[in-house]
Amino acid sequence: MDNFEIKGQRLVALSMLGCLVFNYPILELFNRPGTVLGIPVLYAFIFATWGLLIALMALVVEAKDRADR
Amino acid sequence: MLQGWVIIVVSFAYLGLLFAIAYYADQRADAGRSVIASPYIYSLSLGVYATAWTFYGSVGRAASDGVGFLPIYIGPTLMIALWWVVMRKIIRISKQNRITSLADFIASRYGKSALIGGLVTIIAVVGIVPYISLQLKAVSNSFTIVLQYPEIVMPAKVGAVPFLHDTALGVALILAAFAIAFGTRHLDAAEHHQGMVAAIAFESLVKLLAFLALGIFVTFGMYNGFGDVFERAAASTRLRAMLTPLEGVAGSYASWAWLTILSMLAIMFLPRQFQVAVIENVDEKHLNKAIWLFPLYMLAINIFVLPIAFGGLLRFPGGSVDADTFVLTLPMAEKQELLALLVFIGGLSAATGMVIVETIALSTMVCNDLVMPILLRLRVLRLNQRRDLTGLLLGIRRGAIVLVLLLGYLYFRLAGEAYALVSIGLISFAAVAQFAPVVLGGIFWKGGTRRGALAGLAAGFLLWFYTLMLPAFARSDWLPIGFLEHGPFGLELLNPQQLFGLARLDHITHAMIWSMIANIGAYVAVSLSTSQSAGEHRQASLFVDVFKRSGEAGGARFWRGTASAPELFNLLARFLGPASAEAVFQDYARGKGVQWPGDSLVADAEFVHYVETQLAGAIGASSARIMVASVVKEEALTIEEVRQIVDEASQVVAYSHQLEQKSGELEAATTELRAANERLKELDRLKDDFVSTVSHELRTPLTSIRSFSEILRADPKVDLAQRKKFLDIITKETERLTRLINKILDLSKLESGTTEWRESPIDMKEVIESTMTAASQLFKEKEVRLEARLPQRVPELVADVDRITQVIFNLLSNAVKFCEAGKGRVEVALVEDNGFLRVDVSDNGPGISPKDQKVIFEKFRQAGDALTDKPRGTGLGLHISFHIVEHYGGRMWVSSRPGQGTTFSFTLPLAREPAPVDAT
Repeated sequence: MDNFEIKGQRLVALSMLGCLVFNYPILELFNRPGTVLGIPVLYAFIFATWGLLIALMALVVEAKDRADR
Repeated sequence: MLQGWVIIVVSFAYLGLLFAIAYYADQRADAGRSVIASPYIYSLSLGVYATAWTFYGSVGRAASDGVGFLPIYIGPTLMIALWWVVMRKIIRISKQNRITSLADFIASRYGKSALIGGLVTIIAVVGIVPYISLQLKAVSNSFTIVLQYPEIVMPAKVGAVPFLHDTALGVALILAAFAIAFGTRHLDAAEHHQGMVAAIAFESLVKLLAFLALGIFVTFGMYNGFGDVFERAAASTRLRAMLTPLEGVAGSYASWAWLTILSMLAIMFLPRQFQVAVIENVDEKHLNKAIWLFPLYMLAINIFVLPIAFGGLLRFPGGSVDADTFVLTLPMAEKQELLALLVFIGGLSAATGMVIVETIALSTMVCNDLVMPILLRLRVLRLNQRRDLTGLLLGIRRGAIVLVLLLGYLYFRLAGEAYALVSIGLISFAAVAQFAPVVLGGIFWKGGTRRGALAGLAAGFLLWFYTLMLPAFARSDWLPIGFLEHGPFGLELLNPQQLFGLARLDHITHAMIWSMIANIGAYVAVSLSTSQSAGEHRQASLFVDVFKRSGEAGGARFWRGTASAPELFNLLARFLGPASAEAVFQDYARGKGVQWPGDSLVADAEFVHYVETQLAGAIGASSARIMVASVVKEEALTIEEVRQIVDEASQVVAYSHQLEQKSGELEAATTELRAANERLKELDRLKDDFVSTVSHELRTPLTSIRSFSEILRADPKVDLAQRKKFLDIITKETERLTRLINKILDLSKLESGTTEWRESPIDMKEVIESTMTAASQLFKEKEVRLEARLPQRVPELVADVDRITQVIFNLLSNAVKFCEAGKGRVEVALVEDNGFLRVDVSDNGPGISPKDQKVIFEKFRQAGDALTDKPRGTGLGLHISFHIVEHYGGRMWVSSRPGQGTTFSFTLPLAREPAPVDAT
C-alpha cells in the first residue's frame, strides 16, 4: 500500500510541476522571437514540456511495484 | 465525389456503424464477455472531451489567439495526474453507493437531499444544453459547407434551409434514437452502458485519425514540414505577431491561468466526463493507464492545430473564410475530396460522441433527481400503489433524452449565428466548474452541510448566469446592449462584465473569479454556521472515509428499524421489474447462505441498506431514500447516535493503527532482547574463563607452597641452609599470592566502577621520577640500565597519583622483567603532545609478536607461549593499567617488532578541568 501512496504523491508533485512550468513567469522566459528546429520557441517549449510531463506520468504509473505482493 | 447523396449515404453508413458497434458490445456484455473491460477503451472513451468545438474550434481559436487554445487541453493533463488520488476516491464512493450521475453524487453526499439534486440538474441542463446546440450547429455547418463543393461558401451566406432539409434536426433525431436504444435499454441496479461506451471509444479514434490525417496533409503535403509553415507565417507581417503570442494576443497570463483551472475542473465535472470516467468505469485499475494515455490523446489531437491554423490563414488571406472552418475548407480548397470527407466524418464523430453521452447523462439526472422526486412526492398520482414502475422510469428517461435534444435544437434555431451560441463552450465549462467546491469539498471535508452546499451552488450559479449568460444574451441582441455598457439601471458598479469595477479581465476570467468567490465563500461560511442532520453526518462520513470502510455494508450500521423482506421485494420489483428484483434477492441470499423466497431471509439493517443501494442504482439516492422509507418502519437515529457510530468506527481504525505500531515495537524489542541475550551469553563465557584462569593462577603458587611445606614437615633432617631456601620460596610464593589476590580485587573494583579515585593536580614529571626511584632496586638487581628523557616542565593534570604511579611502575617492572640481565636498557620519555601528555617506556628486550600485541591488554594474557614459558607475572598488570588510563580518557598501546625491543605508551589528556580539591 505504501508504494501506492508514493505513486500518488509523485503524481501530485508532477501536477504541481506542470502548474509551475505552464504559467507565468516560466512561460514568459520562452515568449520571445526565434525558433528551435524551425518551430517558434514558445510552441516548441510548450509541446516538448507537455510531452515530457506525460512521459514522466507514464513512468510513475507504470513503474514496477517494488514491494512484494 | 462530394455530391449531396454521397455525403448523406456516408454519414448514415457511419451512424449505422455506430449502432452496430454499440449493439455488438451490448450483446457481448449480455453474454458476459465485455469488450469495454480494457484500460485502452476507457482512455479512449474519456476522449469524448474533444468535441466538435475542439475539432473545428481549436483551429479557429489558434488562428486568432495563437497558443490561447492550449490551456483547455493542458489543464486536463495537470488534473488527471491528481486523479490517482481524487478520481479513485470518487469512483470508489460511486460504486459503493450506486451513484447514477453527478447530481446523484452531490445530492447523496449532502444527506440524499432531493433539493440539491434538483438544483444540480437545473444548473447542468442550463449550462449544457447550449453546448449541445453548438454541436448540432457544427454538424449542420460542416454539412452545408461540404455540399457547396467545389465552391467555398460560409454557411451564413447560403441562406435559409428548408425545414425538411434541416440536417441539425435529422442528426438530433438520429442521436436521440441512439441514446434511447443504448442508454435506456433496461433498468439495472449496476448500470453500465457498454454499447454506448464502445461506440464512444470508436468515435474518439475516428476523430483523432481524421484530424491527424488532415494535419499531416497540411504540414507535409501543402508545406514542407513544421518549420516551413512557421517560416512562411513569420514572413507574413499579418501573422508575425502570433509567433510570440502571449502579449496582448492571447490575453494576459491571468486568462491563461484561469483557463487552465477552468479546464482542470471541466474534465471532472462536465456531466459527460463524469459519466464516462465514473459511472461507466468498470474497473478502478483502468484509471492507471488512463492517467497517461488520455493526456497523450490530448497532445496528439493538438499537435497539428497551429500548422493548420497558420496554413489556413496563409491559404485564405483576407478573412473571407471563417477560421473555425479551416479544418474542412483547407482540404476542399486543395481538391482533396476523400480527405474532406474523412474530416467531415471526424467532425461528425466529435459532435455525435459528445451529444450522445451528454444527453444520456442529463437524462439520468433529469429523471432521477428532478422528475422522480417530484412524482414520488405528489400523492395525487398514487405512485406508491402502482405495481410496476419500470415502464414509467424508462419512459421518463426516454422523454428526457428527446427533450434535451429538442431543447438543444431549439436553442440552435433560436440563437443561430448569435454570440450566445458561438461562445458557449467556455461558458459551459464555467457552469460545471460550479460543482467543484461541493464535490471536492464533499469528499475531503466532513464539515460541508446541506445548506452550505445549497448556498454555494446557488450563489455560484447566479453569478455565472449574471456575468456570462446575461451578457451573452445582450450581445445576441436579446437584451438591450446598454445593460452591458452601463450596467443594469445605469448602475456602473453592477456592470455584469466589470462587476464592482473589476475591469481589464476577459469575460471568462472575470466570471470565474466572482462566481468562485461567491460559491466557495457561501459553501464554507454557511457550512460552518449550520449544523448537519443525522443523515447528513452519516453520508459525510461514508463519503470522506470511503477507504477506511470495507464493502457496502458500511452504511448499514446507521440504520435501525423493522422491515419485512416481501415488502422490500415488492418495492424493488416495482422499479427494477420482478426478474431483476428476484436476481438481486437471490444474490444476497446466496451470499448469506439462506433461502429466498422463504422466512429465513431476515430484513435486518444490512439488508435494508442493500436494497436501498440497489434501488438507488436505478432511481437515484434521494428517490430511493423516499421509497425505502415508505415501506419500512424506521427509527430515526439522533445526531448523537450517528456521531457515536462514526466515532466508534474511527476509534476502531485508531486502535488497529495502535496495535500495528505496538506489534512493530514488540518486534524491535525482541530483536534487541535477542542481541542482549547473546551478549550475556558471551559475558557468561568470559566469566567462566576468568574463574578457571584465576583458579589456575592461584593453584600454581599454592601447589608450590604446599609441596615445600610438606617436604619440611615430612623430613625433619633437612639442613638449615636448605630449610631456609625452602622457606624463602614459600614466603615468595605467598607474596605472589597476595599480589595476585590484590590485583584481582583491584580489577573487580575497576570493572564494577567502585574504585575510589582520589584526584588531585599532579606533575607528571615528579610522578615519573619518584616511580623510577621506587623501581631502581629492581633494575639494580638485574643490572639493567634505566634512563629518563624528561622535559623541563610539563603542565599539571588532575588524576589519582597512586593510580598513575601504579601504571608507570607496572610498565617499568614489565620492561625490566623482559630485559636480558646485564645488557638491558630501559628508557622512559615524557612528551607533551597536542593536549595530551604521552609517556613512553621502551626496552631493548626480545619484543612482542604482532599476534600477542593484539591480546596483550586482555586479562591473564602474557607474551610468549603459555605452555612452555615460565609465567613472569600475574597477567593482570597491563589489563589494570589499560583500565586506569581509559578511565582518564587516555589511550594505551604497544609498538614492537620481535628482536627490536618494545615500547609501551600511554596518553593522558590535559584538558580535564581540575576537580575542586576537597577541604578535608
